[in-house]
Amino acid sequence: MLKANTDIVRLNGAEKHFGAVRALNGVDFHVGAGECVGLVGHNGAGKSTLMHMVAGTLRPDGGQIAVRGNQEASYSVARALELGIRCVFQELSLCPNLSVAENTRINHPSLAGFGWRRRAADLIRAKLDEIFPDHGISADDIAGDLSIGRRQMVEVARAFTLTREPLHLVILDEPTSSLDAHTAGQLLSFVRRFVEQGGSCILISHVLGEVLQNADRIVVMRDGKVVAADAANAFDRDKLVAAMGGAEGHQKAAAEARKVEAGALRVRARPARQQDDKELVARAGEIIGLAGLAGHGQTDLLLAIFSAASRAKAGIEVTAPVALVAGDRQSDGIFSQWSIAQNIGIRSLARLRSGLLISPQREAELAEFWKQKIGIRTPDMNNNVFSLSGGNQQKALFARALGSDAEIVLMDDPMRGVDIGTKLEVYDLLREEAAKGRTFLWYTTETEELDNCDHVYVFKNGRIVANLGRDELTEEKIIQSSFGDAA
Amino acid sequence: MTAIAPGTLPKSSPRGSAARARLLRGLLPALSLALVLIAIAWLNPRAISYFGFTLMLNLAIPIALATIAQMFVIAGNELDLSIGTFVGFVGCITATWLREAPLLGIVVLLGSIGAYALLGALIHLRNLPSIVVTLGMSFVWQGLAILVLPKPGGKAPDWLLSIMSFKPPYIPFPILAALLIAAVVHFGLMRTSYGVILRGSGGNAAALRRAGWSLLRTKIVLFALTGLFGVLSGMALIGITTSADANIGNGYTLLSIAGVILGGGEFVGGRVSPIGAVIGALTLALAASPLLTFMHIPPDWQVAANGAILIIVLAARVLISRRER
Repeated sequence: MLKANTDIVRLNGAEKHFGAVRALNGVDFHVGAGECVGLVGHNGAGKSTLMHMVAGTLRPDGGQIAVRGNQEASYSVARALELGIRCVFQELSLCPNLSVAENTRINHPSLAGFGWRRRAADLIRAKLDEIFPDHGISADDIAGDLSIGRRQMVEVARAFTLTREPLHLVILDEPTSSLDAHTAGQLLSFVRRFVEQGGSCILISHVLGEVLQNADRIVVMRDGKVVAADAANAFDRDKLVAAMGGAEGHQKAAAEARKVEAGALRVRARPARQQDDKELVARAGEIIGLAGLAGHGQTDLLLAIFSAASRAKAGIEVTAPVALVAGDRQSDGIFSQWSIAQNIGIRSLARLRSGLLISPQREAELAEFWKQKIGIRTPDMNNNVFSLSGGNQQKALFARALGSDAEIVLMDDPMRGVDIGTKLEVYDLLREEAAKGRTFLWYTTETEELDNCDHVYVFKNGRIVANLGRDELTEEKIIQSSFGDAA
Repeated sequence: MTAIAPGTLPKSSPRGSAARARLLRGLLPALSLALVLIAIAWLNPRAISYFGFTLMLNLAIPIALATIAQMFVIAGNELDLSIGTFVGFVGCITATWLREAPLLGIVVLLGSIGAYALLGALIHLRNLPSIVVTLGMSFVWQGLAILVLPKPGGKAPDWLLSIMSFKPPYIPFPILAALLIAAVVHFGLMRTSYGVILRGSGGNAAALRRAGWSLLRTKIVLFALTGLFGVLSGMALIGITTSADANIGNGYTLLSIAGVILGGGEFVGGRVSPIGAVIGALTLALAASPLLTFMHIPPDWQVAANGAILIIVLAARVLISRRER
């Protein structure tokens, strides 16, 4: 136990059950001082549960937790904060009705008394400036008015603000899922600076490159257990994927050029701000990528195409039924009170009807078909959709779109916070569906995903600035177009 | 790289328009109040005077206090359907015990605030829907009021009468009182550091719990504040009417909810505005009878006309909110 003093936190044999589901099955886990631990695994592998335990929001059903070598018998959020352990949760935990400064106050009991507003504003502004120079966020902005990426920036910055409580360990659960490459880079370099100054960090990310480059040590979880743990340089991408399991056998099939015959025209659209004559053209059987920095008009164009499908709109031509897979699944995708089956069936109600009513039987058939096809991991499709892990919820949203009669599927950065195994499964499915003649318009913030596309439109300031074919598609080229002046 | 400073990106413009829409929505209560005032001035110019306002806004103080009471519960995503009968109950206590046995009266009123706090605790701990609990409580308060004062009557304590008939120079008392209520509550709920926690509990309760705050405590505080302002409302009402009746406050439940919503509040999400709520209450008080009387609408139709005004203002709000998207 000589090492105990350098441990910030150590869990021994941690266990957690949710009903019949065993979320954690005897996990040993520790984080040392001045160490960045990467934590990877599929959705549902138990990462979030483990982190909730470290943060004090969940009590373990078995096992011990020790902080700096001392056993903590009654560990709680308040105790964790007192000991300098904080967590940025995957689901955003800002109060949308409060300003950025007021949200900062919530995490700092000592921000009270005369002049607290100014102190809170100064605190968060300084931290935002430090982590994300040029963030463009004002401390008076109401959190609900900010884009999802900016909300995430505020939340991350808030976790690193310092008042009375110490700060030793910050848990970052998918901190970059809503950030574009530029801000994600700013955040990760800040994390490295923080760790070099003696702080500790747990980094959970599905972007394996981020973990490989920034973590000192990597812990891999699968099915509620730790299956591998070693120094980061002992891993590479393939080893990580193999350790996480489930993704073997998938190859980067994307690279192999898929034969695309020019099918019938499905979508022709010009962004509202477009000044030259560039336009987006999508044909049957194509997968079209929308790239560029986050928030540069990609989502707006997808939404415009979506509404043009039901009501004629100038500058946009849509010739087939459309379905949308939302990116912000909590607010735009999931019906949180409904079962998984109902969530899948909602886009296909016309087909599920018998007489005036929805036939539960047909709904169940549709749900069961997609459960098999897309691999939704649940004992019962009639369970509430929130019983699914994040990645499986997203699969349900894909099933909703793909199970419908839509020939055009719009995807608004749908892979946010989805594990690599699920991603590879969905990529295969998309290619299969495209081969059958469906058209996909795919906005993504992850450059790797664009490899799956036939060609890619790069957006900047609400305009299309480049149209790259598959053969000219490189990360460099995309970055060049999204940063440079209109090419 | 400086070329992409996010402040210059197009995505800052939707945020700007969201802020504009919010400003517009914030101005809507003031705008509707101004409209009602202009209508009154046009119909009856003499009403716009010190005396006219004192008379027209006579009942605005208890309505404003009841609206503020309702606003605290709504700030925590709950609804209080018992505030009307509670105001009536307080009125009955004020007109009887508070005058005859002040100590007993004070204890009972403080105890009723405590009862509100306990209700908050019960609703939080048992995870009960507040609508059901407070609907039940509305009958309890009504029953108690009838027990205390079976027949209309009683008399307000003299000190209360003299407060409510206070005639300050230049500014009519109801306006002065409304300003004071709005300022005090605005400071308490919108500017203090604990006010942030109270509003946050309506915005994202899970986030608050994760930051180590007690949601039980926020709920208790919000309900106790509702009780406190309910007591103030009942006392103010009796100070004006001088005597009580067990049914005197029954209309206040819906008036208070309408006042909060008219004032820019929302049923969920912790979005409330004390200043807006007071303005909403004033608008309702003016639209309720003075305006309609000046319009020569027979009393039989006034309630319906009042409802129509509410629908128009709320529809305007929805239109503005929709533009926000």
